[in-house]
Amino acid sequence: MAQFRLPKNARITKGHRHNDGSGMQRPLPLQIYRWNPDDGAQPRVDEYTIDRATCGPMLLDALIKIKNEIDSTLTFRRSCREGICGSCAMNINGTNTLACTQALSELNTPVKIYPLPHMPVIKDLVPDLTHFFDQHASVEPWLKASDPPEDQERLQSPDDREALDGLYECILCACCSTSCPSYWWNSDQYLGPANLLQAYRWIADSRDESTSDRLDQLNDSFKLYRCHTIMNCTNACPKGLNPGKAIGKIKSQIAKGKT
Amino acid sequence: MSNSRARPISPHLQVYRPQLTSVLSIAHRLTGLFLSGATVVLSLWLVSLALGEFAYAPFVGFWDSWMSVLLMAGVVFCLYYHLLNGVRHLAWDWGFGFSLSSVYASGWAVVAASVILSVLTLLLVN
Repeated sequence: MAQFRLPKNARITKGHRHNDGSGMQRPLPLQIYRWNPDDGAQPRVDEYTIDRATCGPMLLDALIKIKNEIDSTLTFRRSCREGICGSCAMNINGTNTLACTQALSELNTPVKIYPLPHMPVIKDLVPDLTHFFDQHASVEPWLKASDPPEDQERLQSPDDREALDGLYECILCACCSTSCPSYWWNSDQYLGPANLLQAYRWIADSRDESTSDRLDQLNDSFKLYRCHTIMNCTNACPKGLNPGKAIGKIKSQIAKGKT
Repeated sequence: MSNSRARPISPHLQVYRPQLTSVLSIAHRLTGLFLSGATVVLSLWLVSLALGEFAYAPFVGFWDSWMSVLLMAGVVFCLYYHLLNGVRHLAWDWGFGFSLSSVYASGWAVVAASVILSVLTLLLVN
């Protein structure tokens, strides 16, 4: 049964205001979710104000500025700062996206920042993605085919290669899966949009020889069919991909008996 | 890790912004639930009609009240919405209309058509 309210230990309390915008040219207030596993306190929302006049253009720049100049305990993941690693995925003003590709100029203030929704929190904006990646491994995301001819690589026509466009670009940031209400309530069994798109990436690959095994494995009322075409996933994807469509294609291939 | 506590679940419904995609999806469920309830009322009405005047009398009073107008307006709107959004789901099952622009266009079309058809129906009936 779906639990709509947060359990007691997850309820958010009022946090601290670390500074105000006095003396700043272009003050920008940010409200950020905080939780520390070691201090025994409830999760809270802290407020920081930064000066946009001395900050880079993206939300990740603002987070790094806070960590450098105001509060070094603020914890978040980041790596590539150019939208290809997927580390800085978080909930920004109510939708999931990457902090590094989210321009500050497009955000209403105060900017509200939470970890990816309905995930166990390790600290502050860092969610535990272990189960998400276990599910990714469960779709066996690698080429399964007999050995290629000895003197040749595996050939693929331009059209067959094009079938992978919009699939191979997925960076597994989990923005889509954690935007999906169905994944919130059923992630114990439902694979979620990201991992189903990943599964379809191999189903659609002309070189892969285990298409029917893959479809058989997905033909399950929980793994696949907890998708109710809500389409929050496609709305959220920071790479502009369409997980909802990929899931639709898996469903229709199964319905057409290509298993 | 030994001194750390059970990890809290990050906020979800509490913080996620409602958007056309999720709102129309939950509306599909809620209208379905409401229509199931309305079917029970419809059955009770028909049963009371079969049982005779004594059983039917409370319904006569009900149909004269403003509550019945509200109920019928609700049933009519829910029926149109659930039907039209059901067609939208059929198109998806057929493999059409997955692009974000189509999702938004078909979504708003369903909302507009449901309102217009409901108003027309209620005007026709009254």
